[in-house]
Amino acid sequence: MSKQPILQIENLRVSFRIHDEYYAAVDGVSLTVNENEVVAIVGESGCGKSALALSIMGLHPLERTKLEGTIAFKGKNLLPLSVPQLNQIRGKDIGMIFQDPLTALNPLMSVGRQIEESMDYHTKLSSSAKRQRTLELLKRVGIPNPEKTYDRYPHELSGGMRQRIVIAIAIACEPSLIIADEPTTALDVTIQAQIMGLLKELQQQMKTGIILITHDLGVVAEMADRVAVMYAGEIVELADVNTLFSRPLHPYTRSLLHSIPSVQTRKEKLHVIQGIVPSLQKLPRTGCRFKSRISWIDESEHEKNPILREVAPGHWVRCTCYKNFYFPQDNIGDMNYGIS
Amino acid sequence: MLKFILRRIVIMIPQLFLLSILVFLLAKAMPGDALTGRLANNPKMDAQTLAEMKEKLGLNDPPYVQYVRWIKNLMQGDLGISYIHQQPVTDLLSERIGNTLLLSACILILSYIIAIPLGIVSGRWTNSLADKLIVGYSYLSFATPLFIFALLMLFVFGFILGWFPTGGSVNIQVEKGTVDYYISKINHLILPSLSGALLSTVGTIQYLRNEIIDTKIKDFVKTARAKGVPESRIYSRHILRNSFLPIAAFLGYEITGLIGGSIFLESIFSYPGIGQLFLQSIMQRDYSVITALVMISGLATLLGTLLSDIILSAVDPRIRIE
Ligand SMILES: Nc1ncnc2c1ncn2[C@@H]1O[C@H](COP(=O)(O)OP(=O)(O)OP(=O)(O)O)[C@@H](O)[C@H]1O
Ligand SMILES: [Mg+2]
Repeated sequence: MSKQPILQIENLRVSFRIHDEYYAAVDGVSLTVNENEVVAIVGESGCGKSALALSIMGLHPLERTKLEGTIAFKGKNLLPLSVPQLNQIRGKDIGMIFQDPLTALNPLMSVGRQIEESMDYHTKLSSSAKRQRTLELLKRVGIPNPEKTYDRYPHELSGGMRQRIVIAIAIACEPSLIIADEPTTALDVTIQAQIMGLLKELQQQMKTGIILITHDLGVVAEMADRVAVMYAGEIVELADVNTLFSRPLHPYTRSLLHSIPSVQTRKEKLHVIQGIVPSLQKLPRTGCRFKSRISWIDESEHEKNPILREVAPGHWVRCTCYKNFYFPQDNIGDMNYGIS
Repeated sequence: MLKFILRRIVIMIPQLFLLSILVFLLAKAMPGDALTGRLANNPKMDAQTLAEMKEKLGLNDPPYVQYVRWIKNLMQGDLGISYIHQQPVTDLLSERIGNTLLLSACILILSYIIAIPLGIVSGRWTNSLADKLIVGYSYLSFATPLFIFALLMLFVFGFILGWFPTGGSVNIQVEKGTVDYYISKINHLILPSLSGALLSTVGTIQYLRNEIIDTKIKDFVKTARAKGVPESRIYSRHILRNSFLPIAAFLGYEITGLIGGSIFLESIFSYPGIGQLFLQSIMQRDYSVITALVMISGLATLLGTLLSDIILSAVDPRIRIE
């Protein structure tokens, strides 16, 4: 059963202007999302995940951003589209869930109106039909007492409730793709699990594709079909979720998996990757971008111009440095992330 | 809501009481008394009559007795007698308060009509040429003293070009209540209100501009864009509504500024309002008028703050007054 691709990102480069010069935050990214597929994007802070997510719907500040490559949604390239043309797609075919439910909602508009608003532009429903549909959506995202909540303002709701509202906004017009940029980072742990459960349930009901950006590898294991690991604006490894957890290849992926505390490692020193993602202006632009963080690996192990290579069917890795890389305590087989 | 307003009004009473003590002390501390002003008109008055009058006016009583008498009358709406104009202060004020209210309302409305569109353009298209011009204008207007600007306006449009009357609030030759009367009233308002308005836009423009710049990068604006809301609606429904909050909150305080401004404006344009009266009364030491006017402006300031709070609670759902 081959799935139809709904989103095909081809060689995408997203650059921001800083002091009259453009710096790429996303560099040469190619990624496909199929119908009803959850693709997770992981990588540490500043590696360009949000920059990638926002570029899909053209939500970057136009005057300071340069987008190159193609982002084809259902076969149609979105990059050359004007804002009014994009508005036909935003909210209707693609929904977006933002990180922080405390700031993602307009404080002066009732939450019901905020959910309804996208229907104003994408449907021809009467106002009573819109209200009806909004009440159904509220129920669907697990809000008790939709009638009452409809007229509530964001500040009257808890963080978890607000994130449910944000989700209701994203699914209001039944989009075929949802982009969720760290949808639970701002919430506390028990609420995180509820929200992820809700997202998974909705995804299975509506058969939407999801791009799920997250720091939480547990969430990845639970929800994703495929995983893209990003480092410094590039995808360094791309594989289906089982392969990625059982046979991670790129040194960066492996160090990411090592940095999750598990029962076994709790008593030992937590493994932390040395260094941080360099700032946008100081990003290495040539060779293997991860080189400086695994400096004990000999220069000759890296490719001059590393490309993403398919090393096994569906398993892509950038650079050859992974071949001779191992952690002193590299013992991935011992780790069990609960992948079924 | 009603309870809140009532409570605020109750809180005002001690504030006004404090103000009244202050005003009374200041009036006492100023050189001269109620008679000095009168004497200026009648230098030949002998010492005998003077002493009699002093006794009659209660000026020999201890200060607290005078204060209690004054405040008692004040609460009954009796603001005393103006010794200069030889008529009750209430009569004197009632003629002029309407004029000042009219002028202040015109200044406020005109200033918003000018400032709001400029602030929006400036905030929405930051760093554009229009923005730079607007910011330039607002700084210039901030640096220009009102009395110089008003004099210039009066000189150019009143005297040289002769487009507008140079004084008064209405042409006294036209009959009250006719269409001509109202036209004349408006005609007399244009120059002073324009002068006041052009210089009082800076606060609104800068506030609005900064608010829009802050608001347009907020997450909820991104959420709205991600819904496919057209750009014009992004501004009208999401950005502007949030940016107007501080402007609305500021409205009450603007009133305080207007009271100060009216002193210069009315004097320069010989506009018969309470600002002009205030300046005259200070120069002529017309104490009962001065104290009454200070009390009134104090009350106006307090009411202005209350108004601000009420407006804010009406426009911001996060502030609900129970
Ligand atoms: N509008 C912008 N203008 C300039 N630089 C930007 C802009 N947006 C992002 N950047 C820079 O691009 C880089 C990637 O940022 P991005 O927000 O995509 O990171 P991220 O992977 O989403 O991180 P996080 O996990 O913290 O959300 C960062 O260095 C960031 O400072
Ligand atoms: Mg991010």
